[in-house]
Amino acid sequence: MKPFSLTQPKDADAAIQAHAKLPDAQFIGGGTNLLDLMKYGVMEPKSLVDLQDLSFHEIGPGSDGGLRLGAGVTNAETAEHPKVKKDYPLLSQAILSGASPQLRNMATNGGNLLQRTRCYYFYDCATACNKRRPGSGCAALKGFNRIHAILGASEHCIATHPSDMCVALVALDAVVKVRGPEGEREIAVEEFHRLPGENPEKDTVLKESELILSIELPSSNFSKHSHYLKVRDRESYAFALVSVAAALQLSGGRIVDSRVALGGVAHKPWRARAAEDFLKNKECDRDLFLEAGKLVVKDARGYGHNDFKLELAPRAVAEALLQAWKGQES
Amino acid sequence: MGKYIGKEFSRVDGVAKVTGAAPYAAEFHVPGTAHGYLVMSRIAKGTITKIDTAAAEKSPGVVRVFTHKNTPKFAHPEKYKSFKALQSPEIVFNAQPIAVVVAETFEEARAAANLVEATYRREDPSTDFFGRVEEAEQAPDSPFSGKSVQTTGDAEQAMSSAEITFEAEYTIPAEHHNPMEPHAAVAYWKNGKLKIFDKSQDVYTVRSNLAAALGVPEDDVHVVSPYVGGAFGCSIRTNYYPFLTAMMARELKRPVKLVYTRRQMFTGHGYRPFTHQKIQLGAKKTGELISIIHEAANNTSTVEKWNDSTTRFTRHIYACPNMKTIQRLVKTDLPTPCAMRAPGAVSGMFALESALDELSYKLDMDPLELRLKNYAEVDPANGKPYSTKALRECYRRGAEKFGWDKRQPIPRSMREGNELIGYGMSTGIWYAFQQPATVKVVLKADGTAQLTSATSDIGPGTYTVMTIIAAEYLGIAPEKISFGLGDTQMPKAPVQGGSWTTASVGSAVHGAAMKLKSRLLSLAQKDKDSPLQGLGPDEVVLLDGRLQNRKQTSNGVSIVGILKAEGMDSMTEVHKETPSKIREDYQLLAHGAQFVEVRVDEQLGMVRVSRAVEATACGKIMNPKTSHSQEMGGVVWGIGMALTEHTEVDDRFGRIMNPSLADYHVPCCADVRKVDTDFIEEDDRVVNPLGVKGMGELGMVGIPAAISNAVYHATGKRIRHLPMTPDKVLKA
Repeated sequence: MKPFSLTQPKDADAAIQAHAKLPDAQFIGGGTNLLDLMKYGVMEPKSLVDLQDLSFHEIGPGSDGGLRLGAGVTNAETAEHPKVKKDYPLLSQAILSGASPQLRNMATNGGNLLQRTRCYYFYDCATACNKRRPGSGCAALKGFNRIHAILGASEHCIATHPSDMCVALVALDAVVKVRGPEGEREIAVEEFHRLPGENPEKDTVLKESELILSIELPSSNFSKHSHYLKVRDRESYAFALVSVAAALQLSGGRIVDSRVALGGVAHKPWRARAAEDFLKNKECDRDLFLEAGKLVVKDARGYGHNDFKLELAPRAVAEALLQAWKGQES
Repeated sequence: MGKYIGKEFSRVDGVAKVTGAAPYAAEFHVPGTAHGYLVMSRIAKGTITKIDTAAAEKSPGVVRVFTHKNTPKFAHPEKYKSFKALQSPEIVFNAQPIAVVVAETFEEARAAANLVEATYRREDPSTDFFGRVEEAEQAPDSPFSGKSVQTTGDAEQAMSSAEITFEAEYTIPAEHHNPMEPHAAVAYWKNGKLKIFDKSQDVYTVRSNLAAALGVPEDDVHVVSPYVGGAFGCSIRTNYYPFLTAMMARELKRPVKLVYTRRQMFTGHGYRPFTHQKIQLGAKKTGELISIIHEAANNTSTVEKWNDSTTRFTRHIYACPNMKTIQRLVKTDLPTPCAMRAPGAVSGMFALESALDELSYKLDMDPLELRLKNYAEVDPANGKPYSTKALRECYRRGAEKFGWDKRQPIPRSMREGNELIGYGMSTGIWYAFQQPATVKVVLKADGTAQLTSATSDIGPGTYTVMTIIAAEYLGIAPEKISFGLGDTQMPKAPVQGGSWTTASVGSAVHGAAMKLKSRLLSLAQKDKDSPLQGLGPDEVVLLDGRLQNRKQTSNGVSIVGILKAEGMDSMTEVHKETPSKIREDYQLLAHGAQFVEVRVDEQLGMVRVSRAVEATACGKIMNPKTSHSQEMGGVVWGIGMALTEHTEVDDRFGRIMNPSLADYHVPCCADVRKVDTDFIEEDDRVVNPLGVKGMGELGMVGIPAAISNAVYHATGKRIRHLPMTPDKVLKA
């Protein structure tokens, strides 16, 4: 870990200014990911801009009956918030399936959006990684890629986004509100993370010195029928091999609307719109859900160790939809 | 049950541990300490051609950068052949230490460590063990498991004539211990003498190795290790860091601390090796085994030949007249493996007990019945009687508690919702070792007693059980007894390993108490009116602070009274206990039966161990509370080995790719559901005066096989390659 300066601004504008002015600056929220990466030498910021004194640590009403999650609110608080549990049980469930209680107590919502891949090669400076060192190559392509992407990857990077929370956010049509030197803007979570393409070093579409202020959840019709399913190597404190956020709006057994998003399969939380379109106006049924699952992997490919995900992902989608249909909220 | 022995005792060091009062190696603060930080190689094989430390040396706070160029050579390398750091530019494994930056603070050292640049002449590493099993060479003999090839009868001939044969291959990846406490040492020199605080299971061996390597008399090295935050075998051998720490402290003439990071732990000590096994079984149609051939190979390093003794128990468990075991090795460009909880035993029994399960289906016989059919009444390899063996009772009790009779014999016949349910069982086995051990007891005239012996307490509850044993045989309340360990200024004890500590050190405590009793009796009998006149040592007992007639307990005198009458402040006894001769006439083993229920979501490939029942026969149970913890820990370890643990080596680089607690998956609390442990006590007068056998390793030995067998019973799929992660379950 290299020496760094620490700045503790009192408001968002000061934070943005500090970030823009200081050399090699990074915002730091809970630090649960960034500090590890700094210790491993994967990220070497010269300046840290600490966000804990900012006034974005609240959950409150959003526009149009939605909910606003402050970027500085911890994952634990968010998951346990009565309004989140009642209206967005999918989000609560997704957050609680991630990390460990200790990490969730520190990790912030803004930081969760920005957490970096768990690709072994990204974490190990002795190996090639285009995300860590652009142009150095991708050691995962022919290496241990059991945990890697099957959708939207490129020859430059097959890493996955590790978040559970973001998978639920994508399914819930959440929007990220950011402010930068050029003012505020809103970005749909689905558009917030990007595919690796030729620039895997860029995880998101955030511009230089843009700060996440809040996550805006629109009002939801999915609170009765949603489920977050996570397949992993152990019951807790393991990243998803495949995860699915599934939500249904039903009229009797008929699907009025649905949401299907996956984690552990791509460089970003993967919204499965083809599956959603397919489900529209059909009657709930196990086979139907499996069909929908198969649509998800239509353009998928494996890289060897992760070939099993091609089989696992459709089954996970079907199982998550089935659970959502049954109305299991947790 | 005695007054104390056999009763539930909480750990005497429990409060100190949970309140942070118990100091671990890195927590000994010596004024003026400089902090070291290791720099690791980025190649697995080759030579350092250049190492540039200039930038690091100029970095703030840096005291010195040690590399192979300026590190003194350790003396007597022949005495201890393990890898020692910074002795040459040669690289023999990836993430090998190539430099230590020492600075005023840990943070300064870590920052400067980034600035050390090495260039290498690279060679291609060879770490693909499973691809090279064919090249395996015969292992050297092992001090614990004997010759690497062992035979009983004629296994090949019997195999060729067997009515039913079965053959399969099984693999286990490398696994790392991952104790909570990182390895650490703090060392300083004063008047040419070394004091070092270390995380160790064996302070005396650290002492002799450091003394030899640094060229000083053993008496001038003082090793202190009062608390160990888990070790499981990875602090049995003297790892490279105490050598480095002591060397640096001498060179810099000031105290130095060196702590491994979690990452550095993955190459900072050994690991359970990669293991490949082939089992052949020959049986009669009625189930009697007539031949077992067990071939095992494990990987080792290029610097040492580590024999993991995978086949160590194969010839001692079933009544089979013809048996052959072979242990082989494959050299790899990886660090040397080392003992990891139930070394060899759990690996070997995974293969043997899986194969036996497979045979049971071939025979259409209940797996438990097959084991009972081949129950060994005497040791099948050498014909010796077992000192005690309550395995049959373990099978019975375990099966009953588990509800084995509810098992539907046909695989895939038990289901609940999405989940297939499977029952599996296995046999556990471990030695009843005993090693020489010495203890010092100071009986004080204030009614207390102080005991010391340089053993260790890596978690089994040694502080507690020694206190219990001392209380029982000295007749003093446990709260008036202190037990000290982990210090070379205390009498010598063996390494804490092999599950032999209670048998060894506990027996020494017992022996010392017996001597003290005799001495107290002699003193008491100086008084002509003593109620103990005419009684021999066996006719009296120390109880409730008194020496009294065993049969007429009202006839006695107080211990304090005896000492005071003699004008003594204290009475000291140093006693060395050695294993008795009679042990040699018996086979000395501890046994257990393990039953597990798994629930498998076949669609998603997820396996959960929903229930485990362990019935264990390991002699007398000294403390049911900590004994339960030991066996429960064994189950957890078995779950990890079966389902989650896997050190992943990228063979292109010979590099471990998952060296963190996030990526190397030890089971978490949610992975452990119901664990029921039960003990069938054995009255064993042969093994040692206390009648205790090892249990720490035993508890995990059968678990991976039992889980694999249960997965087969649930799904009809046999997974012979651990761990059984979702990808493997889906593919099976």
